[in-house]
Amino acid sequence: MIPELGHFALILALVLAGAQAFFGIFGAARGDARWMAVVRPAVAGQFVLVSTAIGALVYAFVTFDFSVLYVASNSNSALPTFYRVAALWGAHEGSLLLWAWILVAWTLAVAMLSRNLPASFASRVMGVLGFVSFGFLLFTVATSNPFERLMPAAADGRDLNPVLQDPALAIHPPMLYMGYVGFSVAFAFACAAMLEGKLDQVWAKWTRPWTTMAWSFLSVGIALGSWWAYYELGWGGYWFWDPVENASFMPWLVGTALIHSLAATEKRGVFKSWTLLLAILAFSLSLLGTFLVRSGVLTSVHSFAADPTRGLFILAFLIIVVGGALALYAWRAPQLKSPAGFEGTAREAFLLYNNIFLVVTAAMVLVGTLAPLIADAMKMPPISVGSPFYDMLFPIFMLPLFVLVSIGIHASWKRGQLANGRNRILAGLAAALVLGLALMFFGYGPGKALTPIGMVLGIWIILSSLFDPIDRLRRKLTLPRAIIGMTVAHIGLGVGVLAVSTVESYTVERDAAIAPGETLALGRYAFRFESIKEIEGPNYDGVRAEVTVMRDGEPITVLHPERRNYWVQRSTLTEAGLASRGSQGLFLALSKELGEGRWSVRAQIRPLIDWVWLAAGLMALGGALATTDRRYRARAAANVPASESIVAQGSAAEAQ
Amino acid sequence: MTPRQKRMTLVLSILAGVSVAAWLGMQSFRANVMFFFDPSQIVAGEAPAGERFRLGGMVEKGSVVKTAGTLDIKFLVTDFKHTVAVKYSGILPDLFREGQGVVAHGRLQDGTFVADEILAKHDEKYMPPEVARSLKDNPPPPEPAGT
Repeated sequence: MIPELGHFALILALVLAGAQAFFGIFGAARGDARWMAVVRPAVAGQFVLVSTAIGALVYAFVTFDFSVLYVASNSNSALPTFYRVAALWGAHEGSLLLWAWILVAWTLAVAMLSRNLPASFASRVMGVLGFVSFGFLLFTVATSNPFERLMPAAADGRDLNPVLQDPALAIHPPMLYMGYVGFSVAFAFACAAMLEGKLDQVWAKWTRPWTTMAWSFLSVGIALGSWWAYYELGWGGYWFWDPVENASFMPWLVGTALIHSLAATEKRGVFKSWTLLLAILAFSLSLLGTFLVRSGVLTSVHSFAADPTRGLFILAFLIIVVGGALALYAWRAPQLKSPAGFEGTAREAFLLYNNIFLVVTAAMVLVGTLAPLIADAMKMPPISVGSPFYDMLFPIFMLPLFVLVSIGIHASWKRGQLANGRNRILAGLAAALVLGLALMFFGYGPGKALTPIGMVLGIWIILSSLFDPIDRLRRKLTLPRAIIGMTVAHIGLGVGVLAVSTVESYTVERDAAIAPGETLALGRYAFRFESIKEIEGPNYDGVRAEVTVMRDGEPITVLHPERRNYWVQRSTLTEAGLASRGSQGLFLALSKELGEGRWSVRAQIRPLIDWVWLAAGLMALGGALATTDRRYRARAAANVPASESIVAQGSAAEAQ
Repeated sequence: MTPRQKRMTLVLSILAGVSVAAWLGMQSFRANVMFFFDPSQIVAGEAPAGERFRLGGMVEKGSVVKTAGTLDIKFLVTDFKHTVAVKYSGILPDLFREGQGVVAHGRLQDGTFVADEILAKHDEKYMPPEVARSLKDNPPPPEPAGT
């Protein structure tokens, strides 16, 4: 009964989403206040209905209702309660439901916070969001109903995929979706502006907090996935350029470009059409990511679902949404004018360079990710593009960007003279050179060719970000949250550059076959395999080893790597033993038993690995701080200037 | 320079930069793309000598030879028409098993495929798409003696 209720709620939500799209877009087009008045109640109703559906599915999971196919496929009576809830998004159908729910939640937030915006504009924004929601709900109801019954009911469930039975991975998809779906708000704002034929600096001010917040969630989501890959997959790395990782990284790169481009649009009224294009691109890449992951077209650890009809549906939806938005763009963008000019060394110019580098990098990742699919579709010999491709290109594009970040932070709007910026640039660079090279030679020893460059740039970015806030504090000026947020995020970037340079240069790794009582030496460290014993968990058994880590012969910590055999799916999983000592990431993964009492193990020492995730956390925190700046909370209606209509501008331009 | 010239310089330098980036991308792509070969193609001599490529097929039943107490392993990869011997030393993915699909990265040396990476996939049902297609083109014969 409850699952049917959930299914029914989902169908009603679909109808409401359709109403929201129709009355939102056409109500605004007709200027009909009564039509537009339908939109907010439709959003609220849709939120209640999709929440009901989610609740029904959670209920089915928690009460072991194995007559529901999705529950029977992704849960088990031995599965702990926490994972029974997280199993909701453990596979395709539930993930879509979560996607739809997050979209409705974002829309509800827009509905509540947009009362100060012009009615027709808010109506169009929610209409576009309703259209996206309609597409996703239709997809869920038509091809991926999570409430489908299984007759007769299964005696017990097939269990949640063991790789997903992990706290970090349980919250990884919701965070990632918060980011992906959050870009739909920026997309809707862009479409509404194009439908309205009006794009001014106030528009950028409205759009910025939504975009920055979505970007923060995406950063957290990506970092959680990376962290999980480090300790769960047993390979010991934080990024593999796996197609699904790329699928989340592309929207992040374009989203990063978008938040910077929006800053220039808000402050100076420039890059209007470029900002619109980026908003469309960021959401398109989010949809593409969903398509790539959910259609099972990729050779990837993540492709749990493989169903061509679903892939085709998402592809068709992608074409309608992206194609429609681009057509709208082609129609409206030529009428947009960016009045203000600027010098090649003004802040606008640096933001433009930033955008070019980020978008080119995203294009590079896109080529690498899609090339195997395109070769396959064109019946060419199968190819694969592995990490060497990215490892070669990524630094080439990123290192110049980091130099530009360190310089561009000091640039001022419009005027090109870096006047008092010049001293800061030179002082920062000099300090970074000293600190970076000292860190390299005295801290870690000579590394690879790029090591000193990465270390110096990382420190330079951190120092450069600090000049302005410190100067403001010294002059007893206010320090708005937007500036604090920007500073924290840029420090996060610097920390990330420093951490990645260090990890990439100084990681030592060894695979070996060792027996209890033996010691594996790795640089100054040694791993002593003390003992191994059998363990039993709620739905698995396995072995746990005790490994003492020694540094210069002194024991410093004990690791407990595990190897678990999950009963239901009969798969084996590695839980690496991890510890951090003196900023060194110690890693030991236990693999197969090799006979004669020996086990294959992989040991790694990764300096500063924790800082990679710290960096992502700082960036996300910075984004969250900037979003909550007082400026955005102030009544938007109070400072809406007489907005210039782009259509009027366009005809004015023609008249000249 | 007039503002117009300045803008043109900016646009041209961006264009030049993006072209360089595209060229670098093409070069890197060409150097790093890996092709896939199945055992039949390797036996037919289609695989490039000395270059890294992907080999895929099924791990032949009863072919895995481990040296006890070490990480060394030898096995045969088959597409039910031909087989290729594979040598590897290192951590094997948890799902590596006889009779299961496998993808290995490595080079051909004296007729043996020396693998530097055996792909780790964490799904029981997983079959690499290339392997699936290769096996579709070469279905396992009803009578193994027939080939």
